[in-house]
Amino acid sequence: MSTAPAIELKGISKAFGAVQANKDISIRVMPGTIHGIIGENGAGKSTLMSILYGFYKADKGDIYISGQKTAIPDSQAAIAAGIGMVFQHFKLVQNFTVLENVILGAEDGALLAPSLRKARKELTALAAEYELNVNPDALIEEIGVGMQQRVEILKALYRQADILILDEPTGVLTPAEADQLFRILHRLKDEGKTIILITHKLREIMEATDTVSVMRRGEMTATVKTSETSPEHLAELMVGRKVLLRVDKTPAQPGEKVLEVENLRVVDAAGVERVKGISLEVRAGEILGIAGVAGNGQSELLEVLGGMENGTGTIRVNGKELDLTGKFSDARSRRKRGIAHVPEDRQREGLIMDFKAWENTAFGYDDDDAYRAGLLMDNAAIREDAQGKIERFDVRPANSELEAKSFSGGNQQKIVLAREIERDPDLLLIGQPTRGVDIGAIEFIHQQIVALRDKGKAILLVSVELEEILSLSDRIAVIFDGKLMGERLPAETDEKELGLMMAGMTGKDS
Amino acid sequence: MEQLPKWADLIVVPLVGLILAFILSMLMVLATGHDPLDALKLMVSGALGSTYGWGYTLYYATNFIFTGLAVAVAFHASLFNIGGEGQAALGGLGVALVCLFIPWPHWTIALLAATAAAGIFGALWALIPAYLQAKRGSHIVITTIMFNFIAASLLNYVLVNQLRPKGAMDPATAKFPKPSHLPSLGEILNSVGIPFAKGTPANVTLLVALAACVFVYYLIWRTRLGYQLRAFGKSQPAAVYAGINPVKITIITMMISGALAGLMAINNVMGEAERLILGSVEGAGFIGIAVALMGRSHPIGILFSALLFGALYQGGAELGLWTSIPRELVIVIQALVILFTGALDNMVRLMVAKVLVRPKRAEA
Repeated sequence: MSTAPAIELKGISKAFGAVQANKDISIRVMPGTIHGIIGENGAGKSTLMSILYGFYKADKGDIYISGQKTAIPDSQAAIAAGIGMVFQHFKLVQNFTVLENVILGAEDGALLAPSLRKARKELTALAAEYELNVNPDALIEEIGVGMQQRVEILKALYRQADILILDEPTGVLTPAEADQLFRILHRLKDEGKTIILITHKLREIMEATDTVSVMRRGEMTATVKTSETSPEHLAELMVGRKVLLRVDKTPAQPGEKVLEVENLRVVDAAGVERVKGISLEVRAGEILGIAGVAGNGQSELLEVLGGMENGTGTIRVNGKELDLTGKFSDARSRRKRGIAHVPEDRQREGLIMDFKAWENTAFGYDDDDAYRAGLLMDNAAIREDAQGKIERFDVRPANSELEAKSFSGGNQQKIVLAREIERDPDLLLIGQPTRGVDIGAIEFIHQQIVALRDKGKAILLVSVELEEILSLSDRIAVIFDGKLMGERLPAETDEKELGLMMAGMTGKDS
Repeated sequence: MEQLPKWADLIVVPLVGLILAFILSMLMVLATGHDPLDALKLMVSGALGSTYGWGYTLYYATNFIFTGLAVAVAFHASLFNIGGEGQAALGGLGVALVCLFIPWPHWTIALLAATAAAGIFGALWALIPAYLQAKRGSHIVITTIMFNFIAASLLNYVLVNQLRPKGAMDPATAKFPKPSHLPSLGEILNSVGIPFAKGTPANVTLLVALAACVFVYYLIWRTRLGYQLRAFGKSQPAAVYAGINPVKITIITMMISGALAGLMAINNVMGEAERLILGSVEGAGFIGIAVALMGRSHPIGILFSALLFGALYQGGAELGLWTSIPRELVIVIQALVILFTGALDNMVRLMVAKVLVRPKRAEA
């Protein structure tokens, strides 16, 4: 291609305090291509895009848009330069219509009516051109996440964006919705738009992009043509060593029933029924994976089992019923019954981010006699215990005096896992075990989960990552709208079938 | 926001705030036509220049240690107890009842009983807002401040209608009987041969306040309860995950906080006035908030900031006594210190961060 690159970054560096988030990054994105940027959490992808969108100012380096050196001091300048951004967390006003959201911030005058008329016409045109159909008069709160994302894309296009940046766009989508998104992106590309796709999912890079750049620890380690690379190769570039993408495990040896759930219902604080009569069982020595798009009741299921939420129905652990609403329905009572819980949101629930690592290793188990010295807590014993856990679970840096927030996502998760797994529970509840966790740590975490299963423990796994569900589970149950859509064996199903079930469609039931 | 090194957060930020407050104060003094340096000198020497001054400074500081600790304990659980004023007033009622109606053989026993009564009354006064917060979600800031007014009215009623001696015009109790007299700091020190001004109000309660600092330190950082209340304060969802009962922890924390505020009464009611009068707390409950903020909710920090505020109170009083600087200006000075070390803490921190953190970034 002889044309100037749509975007060219030259020698971009950015530091936050002592942390070098971007180190001398240069990248050329050709017009009319989909360019993937992949890297682990904290590799500097978001910082780089924030610089491009004017949220941060680079310490060094230049930005060229279509061959022109351009300064982007703020997001207005980015929009003026034809850059549109679709954030991971949508920036939409829930009780505004699609149309109102599209013109928000781009109104032409004091009166709304002319802008609305103009936007309506434009939206119709855009919809026809890119197959981006949305009802302009629908309220945001009434349309699904897939639609909301289209509105974000429309917002960017309405502002004349030629370059579209999408930050982890598929995190909230079902596989079917994701496929739809990629179709839209291809359509946009065919119309000459340039697209930058930021993701940590190798599969998406392989499926959707033309070129891919890999970032590691603030540096751009490689830029390759997607057709000339493989997931294994990309993973190696991301982590800096060979990684096992598949989980090594032997067939499960299911034993006695450990967990039995019958007709569980959960109503949330707003009075909405989130879990609508779920029944399931998990046996010793097996992993039951719950697949589903976030927000379909899997979180509430875990919370009731973990004693964080009340519910109705019957739950038995090792044949004995659990208290679901009364005095013994709290998390502490659950732990006494041999249930350990790695919560979905480790930063909000699983850890106290301001506490030191050693304080966190006793969290939830602070009533253990081993941690007590008379009236006081035996901090020396907790510290010693923590140091052991940190070494056995390879937490880096191996310093139990650091606060939890100064560890990376993967190492935070290792601290939680060490605490819960080393309690030798009969049942482990584990939600999103590798969310926000780097690939290198994913491998380790998966090994730990399988090792616990092989010790004859029952494991209930909730994850929105289908790949993870497929590779870890011995049985898979799909949850949709608070109900189980059916069960599948991983060997007898695939992402496509599970994706359909996750969207509420099901042909047969097991 | 940038993270400051610990030493800067603990020492530099309060110090800068203090200096700013003093600069502004001195400008105000200048504006009223007085010499700011003379005023400063008078304040310092009045508060710290003599054992007489110290006798008052330490007395005020004792009050502020109790109310500061009260605020700090609640802070650690993310609860904002601004009802120290009312809890201390009720503590005073407890002390008065114990001292008036029970003949004590010796002051030591009277002190123990009064400590218990002050604590229990303060704790119970904090219990109601705590319960309302924990069970009904009524915001504790609103309820505790309302309880300050209720406490004032309640005390008014009790003093006028119940405890006022027959024939007295004053809404106050009778003088407490002799055996409940607490030895003042002057009496104690003089008895071991150290000269110290007699007739100053600092008394043996200071030792109780120091003990309370030690107690709070152990409570917050060494006990399971402290661990749980700190965890609860940092993240409520995490507390629920760990099986910490939010209702229980809120109520217990607030009762401890209320008890600490209540304990102030053994200093001002039993130690100084030796009778219960209306409005005996004199705003110390509110000063406690500034003390806790400036002391970073740590007992050692609170000890120092309570001393500072004690000195400020005493120095201000001297200023009012010996110069024609209006009494109101003294209050303004005190308010400025509270403003800069308490309310504007974050502003000062940002300024300090700009100076301290930026050079580092340039190096990197």
